[in-house]
Amino acid sequence: MKAKKYGLALLLALPLAAMAETPEYTIAIKEHRFNPAEIAVPAGKRIKLVIDNQDATPEEFESKTLRVEKIVPGNSKGTVTVGPLKPGSYSFFGEFHEATAQGKLHAE
Amino acid sequence: MLGSAVIVFRETLEAALIVAIVMGATRGVALRGRWIAGGVALGIVGALVVAMFAGVISEAVQGRGQELFNAGVLLVAVAMLAWHNVWMSSHARKHVEEMRHLGHDVQVGAKPLSAMLAVTAVAVLREGAETVLFLYGLMATGGTAGLALGGALGLVGGAAVGVLLYFGLLRIPLRHFFTVTGVIVLLLAAGLAASAAGFLVQAGLLPTLIEQVWDTSGILSMDGLAGRMLHVLVGYNDRPTGIELLFYVVTLVTILALMRLFGARSTRAARAAAAKEGAPA
Repeated sequence: MKAKKYGLALLLALPLAAMAETPEYTIAIKEHRFNPAEIAVPAGKRIKLVIDNQDATPEEFESKTLRVEKIVPGNSKGTVTVGPLKPGSYSFFGEFHEATAQGKLHAE
Repeated sequence: MLGSAVIVFRETLEAALIVAIVMGATRGVALRGRWIAGGVALGIVGALVVAMFAGVISEAVQGRGQELFNAGVLLVAVAMLAWHNVWMSSHARKHVEEMRHLGHDVQVGAKPLSAMLAVTAVAVLREGAETVLFLYGLMATGGTAGLALGGALGLVGGAAVGVLLYFGLLRIPLRHFFTVTGVIVLLLAAGLAASAAGFLVQAGLLPTLIEQVWDTSGILSMDGLAGRMLHVLVGYNDRPTGIELLFYVVTLVTILALMRLFGARSTRAARAAAAKEGAPA
Protein backbone atom coordinates (compact mmCIF):
# COMPACT_ATOMS: atom_id res chain seq x y z
CA MET A 1 0.00 0.00 0.00
CA LYS A 2 2.76 2.38 0.99
CA ALA A 3 4.71 1.59 -2.16
CA LYS A 4 1.60 2.37 -4.18
CA LYS A 5 1.30 5.77 -2.51
CA TYR A 6 4.92 6.63 -3.27
CA GLY A 7 4.38 5.44 -6.82
CA LEU A 8 1.45 7.80 -7.18
CA ALA A 9 3.42 10.71 -5.76
CA LEU A 10 6.23 9.94 -8.19
CA LEU A 11 3.81 9.84 -11.09
CA LEU A 12 2.38 13.20 -10.09
CA ALA A 13 5.86 14.68 -9.79
CA LEU A 14 6.91 13.49 -13.25
CA PRO A 15 5.16 16.21 -15.27
CA LEU A 16 6.89 18.90 -13.21
CA ALA A 17 10.28 17.38 -13.89
CA ALA A 18 9.41 17.14 -17.57
CA MET A 19 8.45 20.80 -17.80
CA ALA A 20 11.92 22.14 -17.07
CA GLU A 21 12.86 24.66 -19.77
CA THR A 22 13.03 23.18 -23.23
CA PRO A 23 14.51 24.92 -26.29
CA GLU A 24 12.21 25.41 -29.28
CA TYR A 25 12.85 24.83 -32.97
CA THR A 26 10.44 25.75 -35.73
CA ILE A 27 9.90 23.72 -38.87
CA ALA A 28 7.61 25.30 -41.45
CA ILE A 29 5.56 23.43 -44.03
CA LYS A 30 4.97 25.15 -47.36
CA GLU A 31 3.73 23.53 -50.54
CA HIS A 32 4.00 20.18 -48.77
CA ARG A 33 7.74 20.61 -48.12
CA PHE A 34 9.56 21.20 -44.86
CA ASN A 35 11.55 24.36 -44.35
CA PRO A 36 14.21 23.76 -43.20
CA ALA A 37 14.24 20.19 -44.46
CA GLU A 38 17.30 19.52 -42.28
CA ILE A 39 17.65 20.88 -38.79
CA ALA A 40 20.35 20.54 -36.14
CA VAL A 41 19.35 20.24 -32.48
CA PRO A 42 21.26 19.47 -29.29
CA ALA A 43 21.45 15.83 -28.24
CA GLY A 44 20.78 14.67 -24.70
CA LYS A 45 17.99 17.05 -23.80
CA ARG A 46 14.29 17.47 -24.35
CA ILE A 47 13.43 19.87 -27.17
CA LYS A 48 10.24 21.31 -28.59
CA LEU A 49 9.48 21.27 -32.28
CA VAL A 50 6.98 23.83 -33.49
CA ILE A 51 5.41 22.71 -36.74
CA ASP A 52 4.18 25.76 -38.61
CA ASN A 53 1.88 24.58 -41.39
CA GLN A 54 1.57 27.44 -43.86
CA ASP A 55 -0.37 25.37 -46.38
CA ALA A 56 -4.14 25.53 -46.48
CA THR A 57 -4.35 21.74 -46.10
CA PRO A 58 -3.75 19.68 -42.95
CA GLU A 59 -0.58 17.63 -42.58
CA GLU A 60 0.37 14.84 -40.23
CA PHE A 61 3.86 15.41 -38.90
CA GLU A 62 5.30 12.00 -38.18
CA SER A 63 8.55 10.31 -37.29
CA LYS A 64 9.04 6.70 -36.29
CA THR A 65 12.39 7.29 -34.65
CA LEU A 66 11.36 10.49 -32.86
CA ARG A 67 8.07 8.80 -31.90
CA VAL A 68 5.80 11.64 -32.87
CA GLU A 69 2.56 11.69 -34.75
CA LYS A 70 0.67 14.92 -34.92
CA ILE A 71 -1.93 16.41 -37.18
CA VAL A 72 -1.36 20.08 -37.90
CA PRO A 73 -4.40 21.68 -39.57
CA GLY A 74 -3.96 24.12 -42.45
CA ASN A 75 -2.55 27.55 -41.56
CA SER A 76 -1.86 26.67 -37.97
CA LYS A 77 0.90 25.56 -35.64
CA GLY A 78 1.43 22.53 -33.47
CA THR A 79 4.06 21.73 -30.86
CA VAL A 80 5.63 18.37 -30.06
CA THR A 81 8.20 17.50 -27.43
CA VAL A 82 10.92 14.99 -28.29
CA GLY A 83 14.05 13.57 -26.74
CA PRO A 84 16.36 13.47 -24.94
CA LEU A 85 17.92 12.18 -28.15
CA LYS A 86 21.08 10.17 -28.68
CA PRO A 87 23.42 11.83 -31.23
CA GLY A 88 22.42 10.83 -34.74
CA SER A 89 20.02 11.53 -37.58
CA TYR A 90 16.28 11.14 -37.31
CA SER A 91 14.05 11.36 -40.35
CA PHE A 92 10.57 12.81 -40.28
CA PHE A 93 7.85 13.16 -42.88
CA GLY A 94 4.38 14.46 -43.59
CA GLU A 95 2.13 11.45 -43.75
CA PHE A 96 -0.45 13.16 -45.93
CA HIS A 97 2.13 14.17 -48.55
CA GLU A 98 4.89 11.65 -48.16
CA ALA A 99 6.23 12.14 -51.68
CA THR A 100 7.47 15.68 -51.00
CA ALA A 101 7.29 16.26 -47.25
CA GLN A 102 10.54 14.66 -46.07
CA GLY A 103 13.04 15.99 -43.57
CA LYS A 104 15.89 15.10 -41.23
CA LEU A 105 16.75 16.15 -37.74
CA HIS A 106 20.38 15.93 -36.61
CA ALA A 107 21.00 15.60 -32.91
CA GLU A 108 24.56 16.58 -32.03
CA MET B 1 -5.13 6.66 -55.69
CA LEU B 2 -2.96 4.11 -53.93
CA GLY B 3 -1.69 6.74 -51.52
CA SER B 4 -5.14 7.69 -50.31
CA ALA B 5 -6.18 4.03 -50.14
CA VAL B 6 -3.21 3.20 -47.91
CA ILE B 7 -3.80 6.09 -45.50
CA VAL B 8 -7.54 5.50 -45.16
CA PHE B 9 -6.88 1.76 -44.77
CA ARG B 10 -4.45 2.40 -41.91
CA GLU B 11 -6.90 4.59 -40.04
CA THR B 12 -9.89 2.35 -40.66
CA LEU B 13 -8.01 -0.78 -39.68
CA GLU B 14 -7.43 0.34 -36.11
CA ALA B 15 -11.06 1.27 -35.53
CA ALA B 16 -12.29 -1.89 -37.29
CA LEU B 17 -10.12 -4.17 -35.16
CA ILE B 18 -11.37 -2.56 -31.96
CA VAL B 19 -15.00 -2.84 -33.08
CA ALA B 20 -14.41 -6.53 -33.94
CA ILE B 21 -13.05 -7.17 -30.45
CA VAL B 22 -15.97 -5.34 -28.86
CA MET B 23 -18.38 -7.42 -30.96
CA GLY B 24 -16.62 -10.59 -29.82
CA ALA B 25 -16.52 -9.60 -26.18
CA THR B 26 -20.25 -8.87 -26.12
CA ARG B 27 -21.20 -12.10 -27.88
CA GLY B 28 -24.56 -13.45 -26.78
CA VAL B 29 -25.72 -10.17 -25.33
CA ALA B 30 -29.17 -9.10 -26.51
CA LEU B 31 -29.33 -5.82 -28.44
CA ARG B 32 -25.54 -5.45 -28.57
CA GLY B 33 -25.70 -4.84 -32.34
CA ARG B 34 -27.82 -1.78 -31.77
CA TRP B 35 -25.51 -0.45 -29.07
CA ILE B 36 -22.37 -0.99 -31.10
CA ALA B 37 -23.91 0.51 -34.24
CA GLY B 38 -24.86 3.48 -32.05
CA GLY B 39 -21.24 3.71 -30.94
CA VAL B 40 -20.03 3.73 -34.55
CA ALA B 41 -22.58 6.41 -35.49
CA LEU B 42 -21.64 8.55 -32.49
CA GLY B 43 -17.98 8.10 -33.36
CA ILE B 44 -18.53 9.28 -36.93
CA VAL B 45 -20.43 12.37 -35.78
CA GLY B 46 -17.71 13.01 -33.20
CA ALA B 47 -15.01 12.62 -35.86
CA LEU B 48 -16.66 15.25 -38.04
CA VAL B 49 -16.93 17.64 -35.10
CA VAL B 50 -13.32 17.04 -34.05
CA ALA B 51 -12.10 17.50 -37.63
CA MET B 52 -14.07 20.75 -37.88
CA PHE B 53 -12.46 22.09 -34.71
CA ALA B 54 -9.04 20.56 -35.38
CA GLY B 55 -7.42 23.98 -35.60
CA VAL B 56 -8.87 25.09 -32.28
CA ILE B 57 -8.00 21.80 -30.55
CA SER B 58 -4.48 21.78 -31.95
CA GLU B 59 -3.63 25.27 -30.75
CA ALA B 60 -5.33 24.88 -27.36
CA VAL B 61 -3.26 24.46 -24.19
CA GLN B 62 -0.06 25.85 -25.75
CA GLY B 63 -0.24 23.60 -28.79
CA ARG B 64 -0.80 20.52 -26.65
CA GLY B 65 -4.56 20.28 -27.15
CA GLN B 66 -4.47 17.43 -29.62
CA GLU B 67 -2.22 15.28 -27.43
CA LEU B 68 -4.29 15.93 -24.32
CA PHE B 69 -7.46 15.17 -26.23
CA ASN B 70 -6.04 11.93 -27.63
CA ALA B 71 -4.64 10.82 -24.28
CA GLY B 72 -7.93 11.64 -22.55
CA VAL B 73 -10.00 9.75 -25.09
CA LEU B 74 -7.67 6.75 -24.91
CA LEU B 75 -7.78 6.66 -21.12
CA VAL B 76 -11.59 6.71 -21.22
CA ALA B 77 -11.46 3.66 -23.49
CA VAL B 78 -9.01 1.95 -21.11
CA ALA B 79 -11.36 2.55 -18.17
CA MET B 80 -14.36 1.20 -20.09
CA LEU B 81 -12.49 -1.91 -21.23
CA ALA B 82 -11.30 -2.50 -17.67
CA TRP B 83 -14.83 -2.17 -16.40
CA HIS B 84 -16.08 -4.65 -19.00
CA ASN B 85 -13.46 -7.21 -18.03
CA VAL B 86 -14.09 -6.82 -14.31
CA TRP B 87 -17.81 -7.20 -14.93
CA MET B 88 -17.23 -10.28 -17.07
CA SER B 89 -14.97 -11.86 -14.49
CA SER B 90 -17.94 -12.12 -12.15
CA HIS B 91 -20.63 -12.83 -14.78
CA ALA B 92 -18.97 -14.81 -17.57
CA ARG B 93 -19.75 -18.28 -16.22
CA LYS B 94 -23.42 -17.52 -15.71
CA HIS B 95 -23.52 -15.79 -19.08
CA VAL B 96 -22.21 -18.86 -20.94
CA GLU B 97 -24.57 -21.17 -19.03
CA GLU B 98 -27.57 -19.06 -19.92
CA MET B 99 -26.49 -18.84 -23.56
CA ARG B 100 -26.25 -22.63 -23.71
CA HIS B 101 -29.43 -23.16 -21.77
CA LEU B 102 -31.64 -20.69 -23.60
CA GLY B 103 -29.95 -21.09 -26.95
CA HIS B 104 -30.34 -17.37 -27.61
CA ASP B 105 -29.02 -13.98 -26.53
CA VAL B 106 -29.09 -12.97 -22.91
CA GLN B 107 -30.29 -9.77 -21.29
CA VAL B 108 -27.46 -8.32 -19.22
CA GLY B 109 -28.69 -4.82 -18.63
CA ALA B 110 -27.50 -1.60 -20.20
CA LYS B 111 -24.44 -0.97 -18.04
CA PRO B 112 -21.79 -3.18 -19.68
CA LEU B 113 -23.21 -2.33 -23.11
CA SER B 114 -22.89 1.40 -22.53
CA ALA B 115 -19.22 0.85 -21.68
CA MET B 116 -18.70 -0.92 -24.98
CA LEU B 117 -20.65 1.77 -26.83
CA ALA B 118 -18.18 4.28 -25.42
CA VAL B 119 -15.18 2.18 -26.50
CA THR B 120 -16.56 1.86 -30.04
CA ALA B 121 -17.40 5.55 -30.29
CA VAL B 122 -13.95 6.56 -29.06
CA ALA B 123 -12.14 4.24 -31.49
CA VAL B 124 -14.14 5.47 -34.47
CA LEU B 125 -13.85 9.09 -33.39
CA ARG B 126 -10.07 9.06 -33.08
CA GLU B 127 -9.30 7.30 -36.34
CA GLY B 128 -12.24 8.89 -38.13
CA ALA B 129 -11.13 12.44 -37.36
CA GLU B 130 -7.75 11.76 -38.99
CA THR B 131 -9.41 10.26 -42.04
CA VAL B 132 -11.80 13.19 -42.37
CA LEU B 133 -8.92 15.68 -42.14
CA PHE B 134 -6.90 13.79 -44.70
CA LEU B 135 -9.78 13.51 -47.16
CA TYR B 136 -10.64 17.17 -46.59
CA GLY B 137 -7.07 18.07 -47.51
CA LEU B 138 -7.37 16.06 -50.70
CA MET B 139 -10.61 17.73 -51.65
CA ALA B 140 -9.24 21.18 -50.87
CA THR B 141 -6.39 20.62 -53.31
CA GLY B 142 -8.80 19.50 -56.01
CA GLY B 143 -9.03 15.78 -55.34
CA THR B 144 -9.66 13.58 -58.35
CA ALA B 145 -12.17 10.76 -58.62
CA GLY B 146 -9.23 8.37 -58.32
CA LEU B 147 -8.36 9.73 -54.88
CA ALA B 148 -11.95 9.36 -53.73
CA LEU B 149 -12.02 5.81 -55.06
CA GLY B 150 -8.77 5.11 -53.23
CA GLY B 151 -10.29 6.39 -50.02
CA ALA B 152 -13.33 4.18 -50.48
CA LEU B 153 -11.13 1.15 -51.20
CA GLY B 154 -9.10 1.82 -48.06
CA LEU B 155 -12.27 2.05 -46.00
CA VAL B 156 -13.63 -1.24 -47.34
CA GLY B 157 -10.25 -2.94 -46.91
CA GLY B 158 -9.89 -1.85 -43.29
CA ALA B 159 -13.44 -2.89 -42.45
CA ALA B 160 -12.87 -6.26 -44.15
CA VAL B 161 -9.94 -7.06 -41.86
CA GLY B 162 -12.17 -6.28 -38.88
CA VAL B 163 -14.87 -8.62 -40.17
CA LEU B 164 -12.28 -11.37 -40.70
CA LEU B 165 -11.04 -10.97 -37.15
CA TYR B 166 -14.58 -11.18 -35.79
CA PHE B 167 -15.38 -14.39 -37.66
CA GLY B 168 -12.01 -15.76 -36.64
CA LEU B 169 -12.92 -15.11 -33.01
CA LEU B 170 -16.26 -16.90 -33.44
CA ARG B 171 -14.43 -20.12 -34.27
CA ILE B 172 -13.18 -20.32 -30.70
CA PRO B 173 -15.29 -22.86 -28.74
CA LEU B 174 -17.82 -21.19 -26.44
CA ARG B 175 -16.21 -22.80 -23.38
CA HIS B 176 -13.01 -20.82 -23.91
CA PHE B 177 -14.52 -17.93 -25.82
CA PHE B 178 -14.81 -15.33 -23.07
CA THR B 179 -11.46 -16.30 -21.61
CA VAL B 180 -9.86 -15.51 -24.96
CA THR B 181 -11.79 -12.28 -25.55
CA GLY B 182 -11.05 -11.29 -21.94
CA VAL B 183 -7.32 -11.66 -22.57
CA ILE B 184 -7.58 -9.70 -25.83
CA VAL B 185 -9.55 -6.91 -24.14
CA LEU B 186 -6.97 -6.84 -21.33
CA LEU B 187 -4.03 -6.50 -23.75
CA LEU B 188 -5.94 -4.00 -25.87
CA ALA B 189 -6.55 -1.84 -22.80
CA ALA B 190 -2.89 -2.03 -21.78
CA GLY B 191 -1.81 -1.08 -25.31
CA LEU B 192 -4.15 1.90 -25.40
CA ALA B 193 -2.82 3.07 -22.02
CA ALA B 194 0.71 2.92 -23.46
CA SER B 195 -0.42 5.00 -26.46
CA ALA B 196 -1.91 7.55 -24.08
CA ALA B 197 1.48 7.75 -22.33
CA GLY B 198 3.08 8.32 -25.74
CA PHE B 199 0.82 11.32 -26.37
CA LEU B 200 1.57 12.76 -22.94
CA VAL B 201 5.30 12.48 -23.70
CA GLN B 202 4.75 14.22 -27.03
CA ALA B 203 2.91 16.97 -25.14
CA GLY B 204 5.96 17.33 -22.91
CA LEU B 205 3.98 16.36 -19.80
CA LEU B 206 5.71 13.05 -19.08
CA PRO B 207 9.37 12.08 -19.42
CA THR B 208 10.28 9.06 -21.53
CA LEU B 209 12.22 7.54 -18.57
CA ILE B 210 14.10 5.44 -21.13
CA GLU B 211 14.17 6.85 -24.65
CA GLN B 212 14.14 3.41 -26.27
CA VAL B 213 13.79 0.18 -24.33
CA TRP B 214 14.28 -2.01 -27.40
CA ASP B 215 14.25 -1.74 -31.17
CA THR B 216 12.60 -4.63 -32.97
CA SER B 217 11.66 -2.59 -36.05
CA GLY B 218 14.08 -4.75 -38.03
CA ILE B 219 12.21 -7.94 -37.08
CA LEU B 220 8.61 -6.79 -36.93
CA SER B 221 8.06 -3.20 -38.02
CA MET B 222 4.94 -1.29 -37.01
CA ASP B 223 4.78 -0.01 -40.60
CA GLY B 224 3.78 -3.44 -41.87
CA LEU B 225 0.32 -4.92 -41.64
CA ALA B 226 1.27 -7.59 -39.08
CA GLY B 227 3.08 -5.09 -36.86
CA ARG B 228 0.25 -2.61 -37.15
CA MET B 229 -2.38 -5.21 -36.23
CA LEU B 230 -0.37 -6.45 -33.29
CA HIS B 231 0.07 -2.84 -32.20
CA VAL B 232 -3.71 -2.41 -32.01
CA LEU B 233 -4.55 -5.85 -30.64
CA VAL B 234 -1.90 -6.40 -27.98
CA GLY B 235 -0.11 -3.04 -27.85
CA TYR B 236 3.01 -4.23 -29.69
CA ASN B 237 5.54 -1.43 -30.08
CA ASP B 238 8.77 -1.80 -32.04
CA ARG B 239 10.48 1.11 -30.24
CA PRO B 240 8.80 1.65 -26.89
CA THR B 241 9.88 4.26 -24.36
CA GLY B 242 10.23 3.40 -20.69
CA ILE B 243 7.08 5.26 -19.71
CA GLU B 244 5.00 3.47 -22.35
CA LEU B 245 6.19 0.14 -21.01
CA LEU B 246 5.42 1.28 -17.48
CA PHE B 247 1.87 2.33 -18.40
CA TYR B 248 1.38 -0.98 -20.20
CA VAL B 249 2.47 -3.10 -17.25
CA VAL B 250 0.68 -1.04 -14.59
CA THR B 251 -2.61 -1.15 -16.56
CA LEU B 252 -2.27 -4.89 -17.13
CA VAL B 253 -1.56 -5.65 -13.48
CA THR B 254 -4.28 -3.30 -12.18
CA ILE B 255 -7.04 -4.76 -14.38
CA LEU B 256 -5.94 -8.33 -13.60
CA ALA B 257 -5.99 -7.60 -9.87
CA LEU B 258 -9.49 -6.10 -10.10
CA MET B 259 -10.70 -9.10 -12.12
CA ARG B 260 -9.31 -11.48 -9.52
CA LEU B 261 -10.84 -9.50 -6.69
CA PHE B 262 -14.35 -9.30 -8.15
CA GLY B 263 -14.21 -12.77 -9.70
CA ALA B 264 -13.33 -14.32 -6.31
CA ARG B 265 -16.04 -12.31 -4.57
CA SER B 266 -18.74 -13.54 -6.95
CA THR B 267 -17.55 -17.16 -6.63
CA ARG B 268 -17.78 -16.88 -2.85
CA ALA B 269 -21.25 -15.34 -3.08
CA ALA B 270 -22.40 -18.09 -5.45
CA ARG B 271 -21.07 -20.76 -3.08
CA ALA B 272 -22.76 -19.16 -0.10
CA ALA B 273 -26.06 -19.00 -2.01
CA ALA B 274 -25.74 -22.65 -3.03
CA ALA B 275 -25.00 -23.68 0.57
CA LYS B 276 -28.06 -21.81 1.81
CA GLU B 277 -30.32 -23.49 -0.73
CA GLY B 278 -28.92 -26.89 0.10
CA ALA B 279 -29.41 -26.47 3.87
CA PRO B 280 -32.56 -28.03 5.39
CA ALA B 281 -35.22 -25.48 6.27
